[in-house]
Amino acid sequence: MATAESGKRNWFARLREGLERTRQALVQPLTDLVRRGRIDESVFDELEAALLQADVGLATTEALISELRDTLRKQGISEPAAIPGLLRDLMRARLEIPGGRLVRSEQPPTVYLFVGVNGTGKTSSIGKLAVNLREEGFNVLLGAADTFRAAAREQLAAWAERSGADLVHHQEGGDPAAVAYDAIRAARSRGADYVLIDTAGRLQTRTNLMQELQKVYRVVERELGRPADEVLLVLDATTGQNGLSQARVFREAVGVTGIVLTKLDGTAKGGVVLAIASELKLPVKLVGVGEGLHDLRPFSAEAFVQALIPDELVGEKTVSMNDP
Amino acid sequence: MFNTLSERLQASLRRLRSKGRLSEADVDQALREVRLALLEADVNFKVVKEFVARVREKAVGEEVLGSFTPAQQVVKIVHQELVRLLGSERAGLRLSGHPAVILLVGLQGSGKTTTAGKLGGLLRREGHRPLLVACDIYRPAAREQLKIVGQKLGLTVFTLEGAAPADIAGAGVEEARRRGFDVVIIDTAGRLHVDEEMMEEARTIRQRVSPDEVLLVVDAMTGQDAVNVAQEFHRSLQLTGVVLTKLDGDARGGAALSVREVTGVPIKFVGVGEKLDDLEPFFPERMASRILGMGDVLTLIEKAQRQIDQDEARRLTEKMLRREFTLDDFLEQIQQVRKLGPLDQLLGMLPGFNRLTLPQTAAAESEKQLKRVEAMIRSMTPQERRHPEIIDASRRRRIAQGSGTTVQDVNRLLKEFEQVRQLMKGLSGPGKAGKGRSGGRLRLPFPR
Repeated sequence: MATAESGKRNWFARLREGLERTRQALVQPLTDLVRRGRIDESVFDELEAALLQADVGLATTEALISELRDTLRKQGISEPAAIPGLLRDLMRARLEIPGGRLVRSEQPPTVYLFVGVNGTGKTSSIGKLAVNLREEGFNVLLGAADTFRAAAREQLAAWAERSGADLVHHQEGGDPAAVAYDAIRAARSRGADYVLIDTAGRLQTRTNLMQELQKVYRVVERELGRPADEVLLVLDATTGQNGLSQARVFREAVGVTGIVLTKLDGTAKGGVVLAIASELKLPVKLVGVGEGLHDLRPFSAEAFVQALIPDELVGEKTVSMNDP
Repeated sequence: MFNTLSERLQASLRRLRSKGRLSEADVDQALREVRLALLEADVNFKVVKEFVARVREKAVGEEVLGSFTPAQQVVKIVHQELVRLLGSERAGLRLSGHPAVILLVGLQGSGKTTTAGKLGGLLRREGHRPLLVACDIYRPAAREQLKIVGQKLGLTVFTLEGAAPADIAGAGVEEARRRGFDVVIIDTAGRLHVDEEMMEEARTIRQRVSPDEVLLVVDAMTGQDAVNVAQEFHRSLQLTGVVLTKLDGDARGGAALSVREVTGVPIKFVGVGEKLDDLEPFFPERMASRILGMGDVLTLIEKAQRQIDQDEARRLTEKMLRREFTLDDFLEQIQQVRKLGPLDQLLGMLPGFNRLTLPQTAAAESEKQLKRVEAMIRSMTPQERRHPEIIDASRRRRIAQGSGTTVQDVNRLLKEFEQVRQLMKGLSGPGKAGKGRSGGRLRLPFPR
């Protein structure tokens, strides 16, 4: 389909645009490196600076640099020009985690639970995913289990209308687990293919709210006869090292299966997903690169590292995009 | 996960026994740890670099005072320097216009709408008549959100359908003038600092309403990018202050330092919870401690003073002094403590109780304990509550059954209560109430 094709290219261009500043942060030091005759300590200092400024975090930055040193030594490489390509490979290796695609269950409905701290874009991500799924011809039902934030339900209702999805909701202040229960029941009786459940934003340190979320998870599991097919942690790309704490605690509480990385269209680098992938082996499944209806896309590690470290520096031909 | 900075410094400097003055070696070793701590806290890389260089300059050759170890001395210098950078004193709102106008701007999801509500509530508590104006015409139901928030607080919310944000803002100010509101709080749509069109829209709003305050709302969890965001918003809109939100989580909030460093404008408020009164003034001292991982006792004390009903506390204190303290009063006190918020949140403010190291179950356990005590007291007759000495074995069994606890639990409660009573006898000298930092209002008998 021509439109889908151009949409794809558009999307890739936008991802690149969004990561332009990241590029700037990385490109300048790397360009300097390439020009240098040989690799010395300052090379690694500058790489460290670049990675830290992309929110990759101390531990992962240090690990990447030490792996890079190892590789250089083992392969007897002494030209700085080899560094960008090697670094890109190391980063991609971390990001390519099995199960990076959204699961679709053979026993409908397929149920996705969206969780995360406040203001990361859970409701908008659900809305955009609903639009995409509807366009692919699926019946979608949205469960408004954010019964806490004022007008969260109205916000989701607007997305339901926009996408042509069904909506199940209760009153503000109601029991979120009961909404999830009703949503699955309704999906069964109406033959919906997908159920996307929105939950209230909660900081991972709020024990009682995390328990409330666990209850939603359990009710879904009981009603479905299996755990939710995906538990997606929605993570704001501007988030720093706290993202790691979010991923760790949410995973422990409700078995997060993947990350939705939103707001990649700003200057934020989203480098914390590298830390999360390294430490917790959680794959990024979707990325949000804009406010448009089609700006939520499957994540491609290749595209991500390509956008971070551009081809000019690697000195090879463009690697073809297999994804999305 | 990580210990407090001071502990880490102590460990790394244990072998150094230099007395007298801080040597370059002491300082460099300490500053390596400081650098790591600041980066872990998401302070921007460049800001860290400059900061560490400045501290180094100050610290080398500094005298190691009195009983301090070199490590403590460095922490002290680092802390002082951080406080200085964060703004040495509290900065309040400057509201001189008639009506005064506050414009809230920021990225998507930073918490503008919630902050608008909280700020309105705070200003009303201070005797103002605030009007909330909803200008976010993009996000679905954003205006409904502000309306509901306003309703909960009993604040008036103004908006127009089908109008441009600048027109809504302008009409809002007119409306305030006509109806006698003295402060207008304008909530705007979240926007990316690199979205030229949306930044232009914000500039148009700013020109239309000539705000007294332009506050950038920043998520405390923001990473390295905080500097770019703050810089761009400041360049476009000449900010007058910053509100730091979601500080009730475990983010160390290094963004505060980054934002302050690149804009120079003061941080005026911090958002610390989901309740609509969880907005507090910004205290550089506390923020510095938090970024360094050193706890926040002052916030806890403030919170206690605000939440605990002062009259009630005075009445209880008097009863204690007259030795008439009963289990009913004990129950009231427990409820006052619980009003302060979830225990894990309270514990996180204490030094040493780094929220990341605190087992979540410990706080939840104490929370349960408090609930059990409540249940036991509620299972007693009024007479038993006033005269616990009449509670014999059979009454104990009944209370245990009624509250779903065991006789041992009831025994422990009664014993602890008796200890509290005994403790009070020691306090009951005349004139003792009203002394001390908190005026004696915070003596909470608390079973341990």
